[in-house]
Amino acid sequence: MERPIKTMAEFKAEGKSPEILFWVGCAGSFDDRAKKITKSFASLLQKANIEFAILGQEEGCTGDPAKRAGNEFLFQMQALMNIEVLNSYEIKKIVTACPHCFNTLKNEYPQLGGTYEVLHHTQFLLSLLNEGRIKVKGGIYKGKKITFHDPCYLGRANDVYEAPRELLAQLEVNLLEMKRCKQNGLCCGAGGAQMFKEPEPGIKDINVERTEEALLLNPDIIATGCPFCNTMLTDGLQSKNNNSQIYVKDLAELLNENLS
Amino acid sequence: MDYIQSIIFLLLAFAGIGLFVRNILKIKRNILLGKAENRSDNPSKRWKLVLRIAVGQGKMLARPVAGILHLVVYIGFVIINIELIEIFVDGIWGTHRYFGKILPSPLYNLTTGTVDILSFSVLIAVTLFFIRRNIIKVPRLNSKDLLGWPHMDGNLILIIEFLMMLSLLIMNAADFTLQKKGILYSCGFFPVSNCIFNNVFSTFSVESLYIMQKSAWWFHYLGVLFFLNYLYFSKHLHILFAFPNTYFANLQKQGQLNDLDSVTKEVKLLLDPNADPYQASTEESVPEKFGVSDATDLSWIQLLNAYTCTECGRCTSSCPANLTGKKLSPRKIMMDVRDRIEEIGRNIDKNGNFLDDGKQLLGNYITPEEIWACTTCNACVEACPLLINPLSILIDLRRYLVMEKTAAPSELNSMMSNIENNNAPWQFSQNDRANWTKE
Repeated sequence: MERPIKTMAEFKAEGKSPEILFWVGCAGSFDDRAKKITKSFASLLQKANIEFAILGQEEGCTGDPAKRAGNEFLFQMQALMNIEVLNSYEIKKIVTACPHCFNTLKNEYPQLGGTYEVLHHTQFLLSLLNEGRIKVKGGIYKGKKITFHDPCYLGRANDVYEAPRELLAQLEVNLLEMKRCKQNGLCCGAGGAQMFKEPEPGIKDINVERTEEALLLNPDIIATGCPFCNTMLTDGLQSKNNNSQIYVKDLAELLNENLS
Repeated sequence: MDYIQSIIFLLLAFAGIGLFVRNILKIKRNILLGKAENRSDNPSKRWKLVLRIAVGQGKMLARPVAGILHLVVYIGFVIINIELIEIFVDGIWGTHRYFGKILPSPLYNLTTGTVDILSFSVLIAVTLFFIRRNIIKVPRLNSKDLLGWPHMDGNLILIIEFLMMLSLLIMNAADFTLQKKGILYSCGFFPVSNCIFNNVFSTFSVESLYIMQKSAWWFHYLGVLFFLNYLYFSKHLHILFAFPNTYFANLQKQGQLNDLDSVTKEVKLLLDPNADPYQASTEESVPEKFGVSDATDLSWIQLLNAYTCTECGRCTSSCPANLTGKKLSPRKIMMDVRDRIEEIGRNIDKNGNFLDDGKQLLGNYITPEEIWACTTCNACVEACPLLINPLSILIDLRRYLVMEKTAAPSELNSMMSNIENNNAPWQFSQNDRANWTKE
């Protein structure tokens, strides 16, 4: 990163509190592909002059995959530990680039004592654009054929369908919708802890099914807003021996490229 | 003579309605075998949901062809049954078209005319439904979930409805022909039935017309009583349960899974450095079972869901696992739950209380392979026109497998031990979490 990124602990040491906490998530912290999304989003925040912090080593898995795998014990252990950290810093507003973290922090932490304003990065970025804190330049994606894959935990789980599409509209892309989109979007195959296991026997992998649907539109880019969807669809493209110039990109990446 | 008919009419009504009430009470008992769950919050929001989803058919038109046909049958069902009031009055007092005499004729004409037109519309709609099911063979109505009784059930409902509508049309046409011949007093308006049957019926003798009119009337009445009692054995129960089921639906965001309070208690003790572990274990007498292995471990809402399911298969046809050939079918999950709770109910009827039959929902009905194929994407929940939630059942079954049996797939066990040890689902060191900031 061009400029240093501070942790909550550092903010606290200075006696200050940031505007938002950027919840990076495990994929965003460790997965090489997802780290690029993390850096794009952090870079956007820096360009917008947002004072933000991360938890760094104090962040832990939200427990989403454990809960969805049926391990409520482990989920609640994770949740209570994270809530203790978040509450000790008196966090009010969290932004994350992972719909799974977003859903868990937003919907499943309040009953356990952790209530925050939680936003998905596409929602936050849209508000920055609308407030004029960042401006789209260049228009390198103007007119490009882009389809948006709705992450289940952003779309159906939380009814966020428009923020990512409005972002794409501001980039003046040629937005193409897959037949199964929004409320009827098809899962990439990673949710419910499927990311961490082989699928059950069947005739096809779910990510391949979804990738084929996207490819029917002959897009330049498949956009999404979830590190897991990103991995699944990238793998899907590879399984189709895709040597063409089709990429899976996160909205933060598309926007960041347009800003520089 | 007339009062004998009235007595037969009333006896049949008591028997039919009595049997129906008995069956409904049995279902109520079965549903209440489930665990308590409080859904009494937000009554105004819940009533709105009933109006929009059940009364207003709010989600049916997502599939336009089936949605429109269903709307015709639904409106027909609601309005045509107004005619039952007259059937009961005539049946009890031995009158003939009682309301035709006492109501102003424009009103009576409007009612009978609407019923006549709707009867024909429903007749066409159920015929098209039958064609979709058996000739076009719409895939979701012909999957292996429905082999045997469910397939037969689907067709029987359509055949019964067809005959019920046909009997109404014949009754109306015969009645009207008798009116024209001056045998019966003139009342009512029967545009469709008259148009269809006029040419044939006008050649019939008065006597045979009279017999036809009477038999069609009795056939329709017996059909209503039969159908009422058929509901118990059929997916058609949704015509009643759609209303409570939407009222008691989950109002939270679809992404939010429920918490287990029993787990919260234990986890808080675990994390509390001042807790006395020995005291903790004696405090509660019997530790609660975590998750679900049999139908009675489910909540009453989940059991109500199962009885409400129409087996339409919209869930399964949008399930990513099912679409890619996995064994999981959300519709089958709901059918399995209903079959199992019915089996438990019969066991209780026979033995006074439940005698262990060596069976469980998990294993005997639903296999781990199905349970682990779910991506928790909520497509099934979104697709259900009646707000049934198969996902919550799959999660509860997973909870039992993981927390009671430690029977998760091995890769998931590694994922979970990574979370326990490194605070992330992968084997990365917690210390490296912020490395990306330096790259």
